[in-house]
Amino acid sequence: MKSVHLPRNMEDLWLIMEQETNARVYCGGTDLLVQMRSCEVDPPVLICLERIADIQGIREEPDSLWIGAGTTHTNLLSHPLSRRCLPVLAKALGTLGSPLIRNMGTIGGNICSASPAADTLPPLYVLDAEVELRSRDTIRVMPLCEFITGPGETRLERGEILTGIRVKNGEGYNLHHFEKIGQRRALACAIASLAAMLHVSSSGVVKAARLAWGSVGPMVVTSTKVEGAIIGENLSRKTLEKAADLAQRAVSPIDDVRASADYRRIVSGNLLLRLLDARPQI
Amino acid sequence: MKNPLDQYSVNGGAKPIDIEFMLNGRKTTINVVPNRRVVDVLREDLGLTGAKEGCGTGECGVCTILVDGSARLGCLMLAIQLADRDITTIEGLSQEGNLHPLQEAFIQYGAVQCGFCSPGMILTASSLLKQKPNPTRTAIREGLSGNLCRCTGYQKIVDAVEAAARKMAGREET
Repeated sequence: MKSVHLPRNMEDLWLIMEQETNARVYCGGTDLLVQMRSCEVDPPVLICLERIADIQGIREEPDSLWIGAGTTHTNLLSHPLSRRCLPVLAKALGTLGSPLIRNMGTIGGNICSASPAADTLPPLYVLDAEVELRSRDTIRVMPLCEFITGPGETRLERGEILTGIRVKNGEGYNLHHFEKIGQRRALACAIASLAAMLHVSSSGVVKAARLAWGSVGPMVVTSTKVEGAIIGENLSRKTLEKAADLAQRAVSPIDDVRASADYRRIVSGNLLLRLLDARPQI
Repeated sequence: MKNPLDQYSVNGGAKPIDIEFMLNGRKTTINVVPNRRVVDVLREDLGLTGAKEGCGTGECGVCTILVDGSARLGCLMLAIQLADRDITTIEGLSQEGNLHPLQEAFIQYGAVQCGFCSPGMILTASSLLKQKPNPTRTAIREGLSGNLCRCTGYQKIVDAVEAAARKMAGREET
């Protein structure tokens, strides 16, 4: 039998965490409660973070945006700031789970579950996200790409929770693209996904490029080599085919129940070709 | 200062606590072990068997309930999360003995076959129509994409939601 706590604010949370040192925290429950049902995990104590207003919402800061870790995917998706400033993230959120899952699941939960197939991670990588980790007495900030250390593994320490995510807004890029390959459109784990932000000049030359692949390695895959093959070139089929070859070598997929490694490798490259269709209208 | 462990918390987990919430418009207090799933509490303790368990992992939508108007999954919520919420189940959707326009449309359009998915389908559709009173067929399909139906092929369900939307907007009698 597990005890379960529902703190209403941060002070209550810290008091509970101090007394319940074996507690596992959750917010939407869309990952943890599924894992508990299949007996993959059996935490003795649960703390539900869904009522803590301090870790919810999205707000503008001087040159970045702060997103509360406990913000549901639905609330983030429907927020005008994410649509305007973070279209690459908004596109990924629109493919995540189902409306019901998005009403419950949170961006902080998606990060802390650290699934290689997590839909929000590739966009957050191209947006240079930083995570804000708090315990009762400490605040740590680190790049998301350093926070996640392996499948399901993060640098979150005992007594700490993820409270927020800070992202630079996507202004300065005029092509924001996300595509997920899954077995069906809703409720499908990614077989492969690509988040891309490009700045394409009026003459069609790529001035800046950020690319991140999901579900084709133990963690999100980024490659300055592939990005370098696009930057300075015309956004043409030829350029993207060359980059696709490099991408196939940059990823390290595995065979699993959803797809083979070979398929994932080829798809990772081919996903780049879609950037042609996503070209900004100039 | 009051210990937060006393408020909607319990040591040992097996000890029942009082949880207060609104259920289908009525103030309700239940005395349950707070780590039980909401779908189990509704079905076993409260006799509300409209919400069902299909997959138990959030993929089928038959346990859908409305939590403060938002469609959520009763199989992925623990009883403690009911505290102070406004909960609507399919049993609370009709008003004064009159079926909700969605319920009427589901009957009229033959959108119910075995009926197992209908409570979740209708509740999800009702929250969709609150946000989008005039959805396209594509928006209806996307809105219901977390609710599986293995009988109808979805066509009649989409027809019914479309018809209910028209009726609710006062555009047409279904």
